[in-house]
Amino acid sequence: MSRATIRGVRDAVRQGDRSAVEVCQDAFARIDARDPPLHAFNTVTRERALQRAAAIDCDRSRWHDQPLVGVPVALKDNLCTRGVRTTASSRILESFIPPYDATVVARLEAAGAVIVGKTNCDEFAMGSSTENSAFGPARNPWAPDRTPGGSSGGSAVAVAAGMAPLALGSDTGGSIRQPAAFCGIVGLKPTYGRVSRYGLLAFASSLDQIGPLTGTVSDAALALGVIAGADPADATSAPQPVQDYSASLTGDVRGARIGVPSRLVDGGLGGVDAEVFRAFSKALDALVARGAALVDVELPHAEYAIPVYYLIATAEASSNLARYDGVRYGFRAAPEGGRDDLRSIYARTRERGFGPEVKRRIMLGTYVLSAGYYDAYYLKAQQVRTLIRRDYDEAFDLVDVVAMPTSPTPAFKIGERVADPLQMYLGDVFTVSANLAGLPALNVPCGFTSGGLPIGLQLTGRFFDEATVLRIADAYESETEWWKQEPANSKSR
Amino acid sequence: MPAGFTRSQVEAIAALAYLELDEKEIDLFARQLGDILEYVNQLQKIDTTGVPPTASVVTGHEADRPDETRPSLERADALANAPDGAPDVGLFRVSRVIG
Repeated sequence: MSRATIRGVRDAVRQGDRSAVEVCQDAFARIDARDPPLHAFNTVTRERALQRAAAIDCDRSRWHDQPLVGVPVALKDNLCTRGVRTTASSRILESFIPPYDATVVARLEAAGAVIVGKTNCDEFAMGSSTENSAFGPARNPWAPDRTPGGSSGGSAVAVAAGMAPLALGSDTGGSIRQPAAFCGIVGLKPTYGRVSRYGLLAFASSLDQIGPLTGTVSDAALALGVIAGADPADATSAPQPVQDYSASLTGDVRGARIGVPSRLVDGGLGGVDAEVFRAFSKALDALVARGAALVDVELPHAEYAIPVYYLIATAEASSNLARYDGVRYGFRAAPEGGRDDLRSIYARTRERGFGPEVKRRIMLGTYVLSAGYYDAYYLKAQQVRTLIRRDYDEAFDLVDVVAMPTSPTPAFKIGERVADPLQMYLGDVFTVSANLAGLPALNVPCGFTSGGLPIGLQLTGRFFDEATVLRIADAYESETEWWKQEPANSKSR
Repeated sequence: MPAGFTRSQVEAIAALAYLELDEKEIDLFARQLGDILEYVNQLQKIDTTGVPPTASVVTGHEADRPDETRPSLERADALANAPDGAPDVGLFRVSRVIG
């Protein structure tokens, strides 16, 4: 059975070819068959989903015109779902049941979607491999000894392995795009402010953005249209009107100017794998063949994006994660060794509740914000962030999108980078600058290695110009067959 | 700028962050945080004289809104996740903080 698309499922339900309940039962049959070795899901919401699907079937006229009627959706487990456990893959929230829905969850459900479960991720979205999950790693459906990327690894696996046609993830430094690249699917990080962050468990608030992971660019356009838009509950959400993203997919890229930061990509700075570089170059050739023009762009400060990112993101994280103290929600450590004062209980709760990467980032962030080091690290990073933004401003005077590989390497092996956090961070070289500059960026599959691992092309666009990014990606996709390929273990039940 | 981290520096940061680290973690973080800081020190060579910091990329829209009363969580819902809630009196219970 091949991977379903959002549009395919939606149209089948609309036309009465399949009921929402049948679609939902089919999704759980696939999850039951495929998820045990892959571990995409932390929680499966079978009964809740089937009830909701039945309610949609009972009131077809009400739901008929909704854009996601009957579509199964998987949600990264850092998006709050009222009454459904939301853990951020952390021990400290292992039994947390939110009393409210994230805005994106409410919007999906209002559009007729059926939530089938919560997906595995790096703890509090901190990581690039989904290995930092307190509940065990997710595995790449193309090669189970490899990671699916991260932090939204479970969401990428759920889509790539055909368990759901749509998943939401969050992207702070590449956490939607890189797992999409590793798993051979489409992943979109919208412009900062395009999608409300209300109900997203915060990691780095000036960088975090929620976005869709899908099998096709057209499905990403459809999903973005549902979740985008201003929200009174998030003061950083943007009032700009939401465009008709699906209507922007004209297939026409004639005259489009595509910026290539060649110094960064093939000058050795990014450490790009030879097969990734070859696939990237061929993708550019395909766009040129359809009428686009390549323009070399400089982005002189892009090579500093990783140090800037790991100072700003950890500083914000150390502040955001101060709320996990075992008082209002989550895990609380028991008194021990006669030390039952409040401060000791806070510290022990956080020691037992957080995993190593979260602690490492809280420590780094606390240090860079501490007296005497703030100017040298945090302020300096914020100033270089300004330079990175200006680089993009200058580039977008010349081009419509900037193209880079999404990741310098294909999916790496589980365990390979765990002992060396810095090595793990360096893999984010092409993704973090879009978060620092707040720009929309998307991964679209652009090939495979000789070993059969997916490779991804990243397109970054102007502020609030998701439409152009999606149009160029869709035109590229229609020229290729990469997106049609599916991992072996998702082809059979 | 410290090239590496001493154990006592790690312990001081952990105290600021309310993290109780074990001996192994103190040694591990001393090494790893030292490595990461050495790497990020490359930023020091960039001339940022007169460059304003970016704290947020939000531009061009008003974040202020009228201060209107809206429904909030029910007290029972807000207390439902507390490890040691006291819903009968509507409070979160913690250990004694005053002697």
